[in-house]
Amino acid sequence: MPARNHASTRFSEQDQINTGSVSGLKLAWTFSTGVLKGHEAAPLVVGDTMYIVTPYPNVLYALDLAHPGAPVRWAYKPKPAAAAQGVACCDVVNRGAAFAAGRIFFNTLDDHTIALDAASGREIWNAQVGDINHGESMTMAPLVVKNKVLVGNSGGEFGVRGWLTALDAGSGRVAWRAYSTGPDADVLIGPDFKPFYAQDRAPDLGVSSWPPDMWKIGGGTVWGWISYDPDLNLVYYGTSNPGPWNPDQRPGDNKWTATLFARDADSGQARWALQISPHDLYDYDGVNENVLADLTIGGRTRKVLLHPDRNGYVYVVDRATGEVLSAKPFVHVTTTTGIDLKTGRPVEVEEKRPGFGKVVHDICPAAPGGKDWQPSAFSPRTGLLYLPHNNLCQEEEGVQANYIEGTPFVGANVKMYPGPGGNRGEFTAWDPVAGAAVWKIAERFPAWSGALATAGDVVFYGTMDRWFKAVDARTGVLLWQFQVGSGIVGQPITYRGPDGKQYVAILAGVGGWSGAVVSGPLDTRDGSSALGFVNVMTDLPQYTNSGGMLYVFGLP
Amino acid sequence: MSSAFPERRATSLLPAVTAICAIACAGGDARRAAPPVRTLRVCADPNNLPFSNQCGEGFENRIAELIARDRGAVLSYTWWAQRRGFFRSTLGEGRCDVVLGVPTTFERVLATSRYYRSSYVFLSRRDRGLNVRSFDDPVLRTLRVGVQIVGADYANAPPAHALSRRGIVANVVGFDVYGDYARESPPARIVTAVAKGDVDLAVVWGPLAGYFARRQPVPLDITTVAPATDGVLPFAFDISMGVRRGNQALRDELDEVIHRRRADIDAILDDYGVPRVGAPGES
Repeated sequence: MPARNHASTRFSEQDQINTGSVSGLKLAWTFSTGVLKGHEAAPLVVGDTMYIVTPYPNVLYALDLAHPGAPVRWAYKPKPAAAAQGVACCDVVNRGAAFAAGRIFFNTLDDHTIALDAASGREIWNAQVGDINHGESMTMAPLVVKNKVLVGNSGGEFGVRGWLTALDAGSGRVAWRAYSTGPDADVLIGPDFKPFYAQDRAPDLGVSSWPPDMWKIGGGTVWGWISYDPDLNLVYYGTSNPGPWNPDQRPGDNKWTATLFARDADSGQARWALQISPHDLYDYDGVNENVLADLTIGGRTRKVLLHPDRNGYVYVVDRATGEVLSAKPFVHVTTTTGIDLKTGRPVEVEEKRPGFGKVVHDICPAAPGGKDWQPSAFSPRTGLLYLPHNNLCQEEEGVQANYIEGTPFVGANVKMYPGPGGNRGEFTAWDPVAGAAVWKIAERFPAWSGALATAGDVVFYGTMDRWFKAVDARTGVLLWQFQVGSGIVGQPITYRGPDGKQYVAILAGVGGWSGAVVSGPLDTRDGSSALGFVNVMTDLPQYTNSGGMLYVFGLP
Repeated sequence: MSSAFPERRATSLLPAVTAICAIACAGGDARRAAPPVRTLRVCADPNNLPFSNQCGEGFENRIAELIARDRGAVLSYTWWAQRRGFFRSTLGEGRCDVVLGVPTTFERVLATSRYYRSSYVFLSRRDRGLNVRSFDDPVLRTLRVGVQIVGADYANAPPAHALSRRGIVANVVGFDVYGDYARESPPARIVTAVAKGDVDLAVVWGPLAGYFARRQPVPLDITTVAPATDGVLPFAFDISMGVRRGNQALRDELDEVIHRRRADIDAILDDYGVPRVGAPGES
């Protein structure tokens, strides 16, 4: 799985590459994917094979690590419907494949989950789980839990109703589907549902917290990360922002959008839910990763999940009960003043509320959040969470005409700009117990790659201006870097090769929402495109071209 | 044929569209076998009447043909569903040189001068005798009002904004503007909902209302939203053709044709029942 383990720590026990040896890292071999869009996937290594899945057209390559140069063992081309490109909101990315019991599982942009024989690449089953005709697409990496493949949809922008679906790993048949909005029966809320906060305990809140029928087009898609605790037998994931904009159209909490769910892995029944951003105003999806850790808090060991949210806070949540133990800001935040631990709700700042025709300056974090999808890593050796993230604010001013399906629309003219300090990204080592940063590295562009922590006390991440970096896990001191061909928005991994040596791998290839100015390519003169993101990324083309390439590094 | 939709699965968009076209018309490829002197490359939605479809039955198809004939060019289409990313994937990636319909103020393209101006309209069954003209009509607080909704793109249809800023929410029925793309002309569903009585009234973009109102089994009334603005919110829009930024030459050429063939373009728009309004101060 892309996150290394069910706890999603992205921590590897490998330690040949460590703070002493990492400066000797050399390029071992490379592989071109032939695709120019954003490469957000993690390579996957099982035995002597590396598997990579490309952005649309979602080709899955198996590379033979047992032979010099890692030749292609087989390639599987699903040929997804080209029209799926038209329903992907923010570049046609894919976040990776998963492995279990001799099979590779991955999703295609046109809503197919596919199981392949890991040895031969033969298709075992191919299940259509969504419909591009309704605006659904799929970009997330599946998580396999026991005998189930968990997958979710994308497309909140299209009025899609979000869901998490469990497929039988053997047959591809749907075992259960949990919607994010609607009646309790659809959300799989039953007698086992014990949310921590009182406001979440009434029946059918997925209907009553919306205007009539609006939940049917309410968003809450599941395009991010899933974690699993085998002791509690619970899976954890977050849901995306509600639709539609504008928020005045949907008075109420809009449950269960921008919400963390804990569900029984076998039945899908919800155990608890925690709505991070009730009645979201800023496109603050709740889909970011949930890193499972056991931390000593107030003198006793707590089973927690760490959730760095788009809204700018790192949540420390009791993963058995859904109680928020703490929530501290890791970026400059103006939209809220804090998280009320009595209710779990953010304390909103009235003057930052967007409204149609209203001018609102200094909205921090901007729509991509303090941190977007880019997954953090947790080292049990340092007790620190390593956060690649953004430092972006936005303003909404004036009215702009847009056009879709032959119909004119109007919206606020959104422009993003760098947050305090002028650097648009940051890489932060975060102490979740103290609720404070230990060190920070400023980055020119949003740090849009995943992070990797190792037992060698080295942390890896990549930047959009093409640097792949290794830093000291305790100090943040830069130990090694390599300039790759295109900006990095992928997820670094490490593995022990068939030769017994440790390697580090990363897919480069700029794109995604932040990198669309290069991979789109969008017109840099139109600052408001990609929802105002282009305004703050106009210089990216000076630093990188598009182009997908795998880089693998090792010690000589 | 230059198609954005390879035929692969029963679930992909093309087979559904093809089936509709096979019934509705005999072949839709606008390209001819003769060696082209010049090609006018258009990107258009293959399933979005009254604007365009793959059989060439929309008014944008007809206007594109008019322009191509006028310039001695042959027409080639890249079919691409007009959803989020449409302009990025079509004009932006060089698949074509012109898109027939954009708001004149649309920043992502270089727009020609407008070739029509239309407005959002109130649409209701004639036998209801509602006669709603303004968003300030108190009856809007009690009727079931249909309105098209888009997702979290920081944008929405002007009627959606106008209703919500008046607190008219609970009696509003949202229609997904994208609709079900497996069906013919997905956005039309809001018009049929008025005819069937699923909603009492709907606020719909003029060209969509004008075209589909004629095709319902009961007479529908179309009333232009008045006044034409609601604070900073416009209900009427100038519509132009869009070319890639920097392509001044093609823009100027299209402008000249739009000006000279004004009467022919108006005749096509009349054929499709596109309600037109004058510019501020004109009507």
